[in-house]
Amino acid sequence: MIIQKNIKKICLTLLFSLFFAAVPPALLAKYDYIDITNPFIRKIPMGIPLLKTFSKNYQEPMMAKKTADLISETLEFTGYFKILDRSAFLESPQKSGITATNIKFKNWTSIGTELLITGGLLIKGDKIEMELRLYDTFKQQLLTGKRYKGKTKDYRRIVRRFCSRVIFKLTNNKGFFNSKIAFVSTGTGNKEIYICDFDGYNPKKITNSKNITLSPAWSSDGKWLAYTSYMRKHPDLYIKNLISRHGTIVAKKGINSSPAWVPGKFELSATFSFTGDQEIHLLTGKGKFIKKLTENRGIDSSPSWSPDGKMFAFVSKRSGTPQIYIKNLITGNVIRLTFNGKYNTQPSWAPCGNKIAYSAMTRQGIDIYVVGVDGNNLTRLTTNKGNNESPSWSPDGSLITFCSTRKGSVSRIYIMTAYGTDQRQLLSLPGQQTSPAWSPEIMNN
Amino acid sequence: MYKKIRIFFLLFMAIPGLILTASCTKKPVLSEQADMPQYQDDAYDSDTSKSTDIEESGLYDAERLAQKTAIQEAKENFLNENIYFGFDKASLSMTAQEKLMIKASWMQNNPAASIIIEGHCDERGTTEYNIALGDRRAEKVKSFMMELGVDDSRIQTVSYGEERPADSGHNEDAWQLNRRARFTPYIDGF
Repeated sequence: MIIQKNIKKICLTLLFSLFFAAVPPALLAKYDYIDITNPFIRKIPMGIPLLKTFSKNYQEPMMAKKTADLISETLEFTGYFKILDRSAFLESPQKSGITATNIKFKNWTSIGTELLITGGLLIKGDKIEMELRLYDTFKQQLLTGKRYKGKTKDYRRIVRRFCSRVIFKLTNNKGFFNSKIAFVSTGTGNKEIYICDFDGYNPKKITNSKNITLSPAWSSDGKWLAYTSYMRKHPDLYIKNLISRHGTIVAKKGINSSPAWVPGKFELSATFSFTGDQEIHLLTGKGKFIKKLTENRGIDSSPSWSPDGKMFAFVSKRSGTPQIYIKNLITGNVIRLTFNGKYNTQPSWAPCGNKIAYSAMTRQGIDIYVVGVDGNNLTRLTTNKGNNESPSWSPDGSLITFCSTRKGSVSRIYIMTAYGTDQRQLLSLPGQQTSPAWSPEIMNN
Repeated sequence: MYKKIRIFFLLFMAIPGLILTASCTKKPVLSEQADMPQYQDDAYDSDTSKSTDIEESGLYDAERLAQKTAIQEAKENFLNENIYFGFDKASLSMTAQEKLMIKASWMQNNPAASIIIEGHCDERGTTEYNIALGDRRAEKVKSFMMELGVDDSRIQTVSYGEERPADSGHNEDAWQLNRRARFTPYIDGF
C-alpha cells in the first residue's frame, strides 16, 4: 500500500517536473494556468478539502462538506481540472488552518496538487459567512481569496460566484457559472420549453402551450427568449420577456421559425415563408420587420450570428442539398462553408475563436462537427453514438451542449468540451429532451 | 293534363335534387328533396292494386344509400390519401400528381369545402430544417391544386416538420410513410 502510494507520488512528481520543464518561462510568468488553445489535454490536479468550521453550530459540518462538494462539482464541470480524491490528502486544513501561514504546501505538491482551494464557514441563524481561497501550491501563493456573507440557503450562489472568480483568475475569462440552458422536453406529453442552470440544476417549465414548442433562442442580455410554438395550431414565433413573462407573437402566413438574436441588440432573425419562399428576415424584439436577409429560391433557414453581429451562418439548399453558408452583411457576400456530405445543418457560431459547430448527417447517423469560419480545421466531435444534434456553445466558448440519442434511442441533453472530450449527460427528466440553447452569462444571478 | 304537369313538376324537383345529393348534404334544399321520394312512392301505391301477391319494394332508398356511401367514400379517400415525397424532396412524383388531380376535382365538386394541407417530414434531419421542408411540401401541393383550378382561399397550409409522424418506427418503411402531405378539413362543409 505504502509502496503503491510512493510510486504514485514519484510518478506524479515526475510528470509535474516534466510539465513545468516543457512550459516556457514566459507563460509561467503570466500565470497562464489554463492554455486556452487546447485546455483539455491535460487537466490540472486540484485539491478541495472540506471547509473549516468556526462555531459549534450543528449545521456547519454538513455545510462544510456540501460546499466543498459543490465547489468540486462546479469546477470539474469546466473540464479544466482533475479534482483529487480527499482520502489521498496528507493534511486537513479543517484542523491545521486554511491560510498560507498554516498550510504545508509540500503536503499538497507531493500528492500532485497544483491548485488548492481552502475555505471556512460560520453559520449564525439563517446567515452564513464563508471565506474561500485559491492557492498555487508550487508557488505557495494566494491567487484569489474572498469573504462572502449571505443567507445559508444561498450557498449555491456564493459557491458559483467564487468559482467564477477562480475561472477568471485562471483563464482571464468570465466563464459560464451564471448561465442557463433552455431546452425542449416532452415530459408532459407535449413539447414544452424548460430552463435549468448550466449544470442541470433546478429545471423549470416555462411554456404552457399544450402543443408543439421548438427552438428556444436567448437574447444576448439573457432577458428574452424567442421560440416557435404551435399553441395556435400554426408555427408562430413567440418573443417572451423572461422576467415580465410578456411579449409578442409573430404569426405570419407559413412558417415563423428558427429564431436567433443579434448579439448586443434588441433584434432577431428568423425564418419566414410568407413571401412564398423560406427566407431569413431581421426584425425588432417587438416583432416589427426590418428587412429580408436572404434572397434565394429554396430553403434558407437556421441563422446563427457572429459575435460582432456583422455576419451570420445559415442553412441553405441553394446547391441542391442543405449546406451551411455565411453571409457578410457589410459586403453582402455569401460563401459556402461546408462541402463534405449531403446534409449539414444547425450552425452555431462560437462566442470566440472564429469557429462554427454544426450537425452533419451521414450513413451512421447525425454527428456534431466544428469547422473554422475560413473552412479549415474540420473536426468531428461525436462518433458512432446515436444521433447527436443541436450544438450550442457555452458563453465562454469552452463547452458545447447538444442532444443525443446514444442511450436507448431516447434523446437527452449532453455536455462536452469544445474539443469533444468529457462527454456526459446533463440531466435526467421524464420524456425526451432536445434543442438545448446555452444562455449568455446572466448578471445579478 | 294536371298529371302531366305534376310529373313535370316532380322531375323538375327531383333532378336538381339528385345533383345536389351528389354535392352537398347540408343545403336547406336537401330537406325538401328528402320528402320527395315518399310522395313518389305514394303515387305509385295508388296506381297498383292490392290483390296481387307480387312483392315490391322501393329502389330509391338503396340508390340513395349507395350514393351517400359513394360520397362518403370520395370524402374519405380525399382525406385519407396522403401525398408522399422522397427524402429531402418537395417535388411531386407522377403518382402524387395523379392523386392530386382526383383531389382537385373533388374540391371542385365540393365547393363548400375548405382544407388544410399539412406538410410532414421523417425524423431524419434536424428540427428547424424539417419545418422549412414541410412548409415547402405543403406549399408545393397547394400550388399544384391551384393550377388545377382550386381557389387559393380554400387551401391553407401548415408545416409540422418531423413533429407528428404517422408511423413512429425508425426505419425506411416508417420514414416513407412520414414524408407526406396530409389533408384535413378546415371548414367542415364536407
